[in-house]
Amino acid sequence: MQEFFQQVVSGIAIGGIFASLALALVLIYNAMGLVNFAQGEMAMFATFVAYALINRGMSYWIAFPITLVLAFGGGILIQRLVIKPVERAPVLTLVIITLGLATLVNGFAGFIFGYVPRSFPSPFSADSADLFGVFISYRDMGVIAVSGLVLLGVYLLLQRTTVGLTMRAAAHHPEASRLLGVQVSWMLALGWGLASAVGAVSGIMVAPILLLEPNMMQSIIIYAFAAAVLGGIESPLGAVIGGLIVGVTVNLAGAYLPGVGGDLQLAVGLAIIIAVLIARPNGLFGRAAIRRV
Amino acid sequence: MGRIAPRLAAVAVFMVTLAACGGGTGTTSQTDVGITSNSILLGNTIAQSGPAAAYGTIANAELAYFTYINSQGGVNGRKINFKILDDAYNPAQTVPLTKQLVEQDQVFAMFSGLGTQAQTSVRDYLNSKKVPQLFVATGATTWGKDFASNQWTMSWQPPYQGESHIYAKDVLAKHSSAKIGVLYQNDDYGQDYLKGLTDGLGAKASMIVAKESYDVTAANTAAQLTKLKAAGVDTLFLFSTPGFTIKSLVIVTLLHWQPTIYLNSVSNPQVYMGLAAKAGAANQNVTSVSYLKDPTDSQWAGDDGMKLYKTVIANCSKCDPNDGFNIYGVAVAYTMVDVLKQAGSTLTRANVMKIASSQLNETNPFLLPGVKLTTTSSDHFPIMQEQVITWTGTGWKLQGTLIDERGTIK
Repeated sequence: MQEFFQQVVSGIAIGGIFASLALALVLIYNAMGLVNFAQGEMAMFATFVAYALINRGMSYWIAFPITLVLAFGGGILIQRLVIKPVERAPVLTLVIITLGLATLVNGFAGFIFGYVPRSFPSPFSADSADLFGVFISYRDMGVIAVSGLVLLGVYLLLQRTTVGLTMRAAAHHPEASRLLGVQVSWMLALGWGLASAVGAVSGIMVAPILLLEPNMMQSIIIYAFAAAVLGGIESPLGAVIGGLIVGVTVNLAGAYLPGVGGDLQLAVGLAIIIAVLIARPNGLFGRAAIRRV
Repeated sequence: MGRIAPRLAAVAVFMVTLAACGGGTGTTSQTDVGITSNSILLGNTIAQSGPAAAYGTIANAELAYFTYINSQGGVNGRKINFKILDDAYNPAQTVPLTKQLVEQDQVFAMFSGLGTQAQTSVRDYLNSKKVPQLFVATGATTWGKDFASNQWTMSWQPPYQGESHIYAKDVLAKHSSAKIGVLYQNDDYGQDYLKGLTDGLGAKASMIVAKESYDVTAANTAAQLTKLKAAGVDTLFLFSTPGFTIKSLVIVTLLHWQPTIYLNSVSNPQVYMGLAAKAGAANQNVTSVSYLKDPTDSQWAGDDGMKLYKTVIANCSKCDPNDGFNIYGVAVAYTMVDVLKQAGSTLTRANVMKIASSQLNETNPFLLPGVKLTTTSSDHFPIMQEQVITWTGTGWKLQGTLIDERGTIK
């Protein structure tokens, strides 16, 4: 039984990592109605920026906010340079562009920083807490706690501020928003900036656990998609809960489902995406689908 | 007429042979594609991007050695040109890139191509073209074992099964009542190691009480390690690639678990141990094996081989001298140059293969003292000696003496 609880707790730990990246995916979806396949790579790159700052002697607590500001600016810059010119193109064009962006950012990071994994500092202890013989690491708990804080911030921004309301309006009803004087294009850019900053938080939190290298997020992003889809791609709360559910499911399936073992964990993640899309396309916390017109 | 034709043919053959021998210069040297009077062209495919890009530095280190040799006058007056192409560890790219090197660039030989699956995917092609596929950078046992059917292909480093045999001996000697658990990558690489361990334990194979595999797409190995711990394992074998090894060492510590750990040589470069420690791993009771001198080990500071390595690697501005992959690259390039030198004036593909596969008898300054590279007409595993090492918290410490596994691969 103790082993079972340990498997659940380990699942929650890895689920927290999925959730933190899923949050950024949800934000970008809210901003422009599509998923950004480059989200993980952008988060990885922002983490490298933080690494470079810390390596030049900057303190962690100064490098952290500076990285977020840079990531925010970088997100806006990418939207202005790469996405805006094709803003009105079909969704498929945008999806392909984000895929291309993912490859580009990955290669660029490799070119600058190389592929040797690096350790990244963490504000949390590297030890683990003992809960009646079940162990959970402080860093994993830290990832979940920080994801909770980001979730709260995102919720307040989107639901309780005028900017958040305007962003949502611009994403879902661009024409109507434009008639009301909203600068739709800049609202989308703002969404990119925010998602990029949230991604940077995720990268900085998970890098001490996953080790920083250009492919750090590649094993995570598929699970993060599964988490976002499961939670309802529009719902930040759904992304966090979806992440934890996916983490626990994948871990338990790996440990106890005969034939799955350690070999097919990724397949379980993909199966979750497919099952959710068939049975409940709006996910656990999603509302009825609203399409970009 | 009937009698004159064969004579004419004989004369023609004689003339052609003369021409092939370098025309009027009077030398008797014999060469092949990829060799000119002042150059030798070698080709290489390796991962310099993608998931295994950390290996990419090996080719840079090899180039650094060839640059060093060229600056010393080359091999019998010929400079080595080394063309490196990035296959991103993807066999689907290895095939066209290798064909490009052979057919378009006209390389003399392929050298130190990396990755078991990548190199397997071009083995048939290179053998049918009779192009040497020398010293592939993979320890899969098949290279030496299946030489009879692939006589243009050879590896260099000790085979994974031989390494596992050494672990089996060490366990039997030091922990004879161990309950062994194995975490292995679910591909040829992990299974090769597992087979070696099972064979090495022989009648005691039942000491393995649990085996868990993982896929390279997994996020981590927590589920597997939790199961192994719950199964009562007290001796853990990690047959994994570096990224997963580091994560596994951390997870073991997070689970407050203190098994004896055997770590495969692929994962043991000191920089990885350091990364694991920084990420929270205790790295206690860790054993591995080695056959190369570790550039970070202070005991080699005054060693001539290590001094030469430092001189050579300075030719590569991108190479971290402390990265264990770089001394590997320099060491294997040393053997390649040795073989080319021995070929002397008969610089043909067939002669180079003959020397590499059956006449190798080399001491290599970058390998542990006493390691000898040997091949004979019936043995095509160049390096078969390794030494047990244990982790001290700051570095690896050599234990006992070299263990020779020559002739034990079944």
